[in-house]
Amino acid sequence: MVKMLFVLPLLIFASVTFAQCVGCPEEELDVGCESSEPCGDCFIQSLVAEDASNDAGGGIDLSWTIAVDVAIPDSMVLERLDSGGVWSPITTLQPADGRKTDSGLENGQQYSYRIVPFYGGIAEPASEAVSAVPSKQWIHTGRIWMLVILTLISIVVFYFIEQGKRGKELYIRRIAGLTAVEDAVGRATEMGRPVLYIPGIMDMDDIQTIASMVILGRVAMKTAEYGSPLLVPTCRSVVMSVAQEIVKESYIQVGRPDAYKRESINYITDDQFGYAAGVDGIMVRQKPAAIFMLGTFYAESLILAETGRSVGAIQIAGTAMPSQIPFFIAACDYTLIGEELFAASAYLSKEPKLLGSLRGQDMAKLFFMVIIVIGVLSATLGEAWAPAMKVADFLKQITSVE
Amino acid sequence: MRLVIPLAITFVAGMIMILQFFVPATQSVGESLQEWYMIVASAAIFLGAINLLNVHVHKIRFKAPNWKYSPVTIAGFSVMIITGIFFGIEPGKPFDYMFTQMMVPMGATMFSLLAFFVASAAFRAFRASNWRATLLLLSAFIVMLGRVPIGGMISPKIPLISEWIMQVPNLAGQRAVMIGAAMGMVATSLRMIFGIERSYLGGAD
Repeated sequence: MVKMLFVLPLLIFASVTFAQCVGCPEEELDVGCESSEPCGDCFIQSLVAEDASNDAGGGIDLSWTIAVDVAIPDSMVLERLDSGGVWSPITTLQPADGRKTDSGLENGQQYSYRIVPFYGGIAEPASEAVSAVPSKQWIHTGRIWMLVILTLISIVVFYFIEQGKRGKELYIRRIAGLTAVEDAVGRATEMGRPVLYIPGIMDMDDIQTIASMVILGRVAMKTAEYGSPLLVPTCRSVVMSVAQEIVKESYIQVGRPDAYKRESINYITDDQFGYAAGVDGIMVRQKPAAIFMLGTFYAESLILAETGRSVGAIQIAGTAMPSQIPFFIAACDYTLIGEELFAASAYLSKEPKLLGSLRGQDMAKLFFMVIIVIGVLSATLGEAWAPAMKVADFLKQITSVE
Repeated sequence: MRLVIPLAITFVAGMIMILQFFVPATQSVGESLQEWYMIVASAAIFLGAINLLNVHVHKIRFKAPNWKYSPVTIAGFSVMIITGIFFGIEPGKPFDYMFTQMMVPMGATMFSLLAFFVASAAFRAFRASNWRATLLLLSAFIVMLGRVPIGGMISPKIPLISEWIMQVPNLAGQRAVMIGAAMGMVATSLRMIFGIERSYLGGAD
């Protein structure tokens, strides 16, 4: 009841104002209905417009604060002053939104905005009009530290590549799954069965698929040397085309172009479980002696790995998907965990410069381990000693990416 | 030349993608490159379709082992294409009917196999053959018990311990994998962009 008593005069006042505005021509509407002064008892207290940060231009960020002691409007309309000097509605806002980005604007041109609150479908006086000019930024301020860290990592990786090129002996830890590649292909040869290579279910724009394709090249060299048939069912057409070229190059390189069979690298379907069904069928019918599952996998990982296990194949899997690694560990003989997938090509090639990049990769990981340890210690100490918390905050800032 | 051109394309495309991440003003160039990729990928769909038909026609023609499955594949493929082209793909049309009434249930059937495979994999993984496997078994038992109502009924601490296992040791392990993988991605990208890794081009220097 009290609310009604408060809202009713407001509605009457709004109706009168709206009626006056409806009755006046457009230019008069623009001038007469605009609230150029900050409105003391308006819902929108302060509207701010500024160039959208860290964008390619064409965007203005709008933010506003609301009055806590004024009735909440049913809806609000964001208006922009067009080139003809008329306020045009561009979108409806919810009272609780608090911010909105207007995009698709022309850089260098000034744009003005205001917000009109509506109570029961009747417009109240608009907020103060604000203006901003969109522009493009040349550096993303939220990613500067990432650029610095990436540059440092690159320097370290290139340093160790150079060391590798100069013949310096670099210790690379043994990765059981990769040492077993030759054994797996050899086993397939002895048993007279094919080698099945599954490159994951993602397309060529996925770094794990790219890493998988590079490993496929190495595995194809082994199958060409040993004379084992190689089957590569793919889930994407682009992956199929790339795999065909890579395998062909590998067969040519070891002097066995005659052994290359284009139809062994075939496309099945883009559908996730359709692909899993197709590959399961290949496993059951052709009974491969060795199965490689290297790339990006989702829910089909265990379906494939368990079927592979049921046909008695030696299985080497590798992925950087943390949720799928346990399935591979449970069902496969060897699993390349995360970074090992990316290390595989360099490890198998044994080329000094590639091994150097692995050493650089390990050093970069050491750098992050140090950062984590310092961060944890300083955050813990920071509870009792404020300067330590500043160190923790700084580390958090440099390792966060917008 | 056979090596230089692909390496140059890889370098330029890779550098543009890195640059557009740090320089917002160049984002449109990166977006254009991604659009080009989408165009190439869309065109490659035809390659996939042709390959599928080739492989199965070849199998039928030469009576390869298990060739009897190939006519089924070709028939399914052709029916879907023909109904899609001639009747459209809107809801209620034959294509949509076959997709929702045949494709989706068949996909769901494959997905449901996962439950049985999880059981068989868990049976092997949770055998207490050594102390590490025993630790895994115990952790899994507590986590599973903590996620069902009976766990909380036995002891209110079980769901808390279950949550702790998931949020502390499990999450720490997952993050370690992700950090390692991220380093691997950076190193792999650098190797590809700067032409250090060129095995995909035949491996020649």
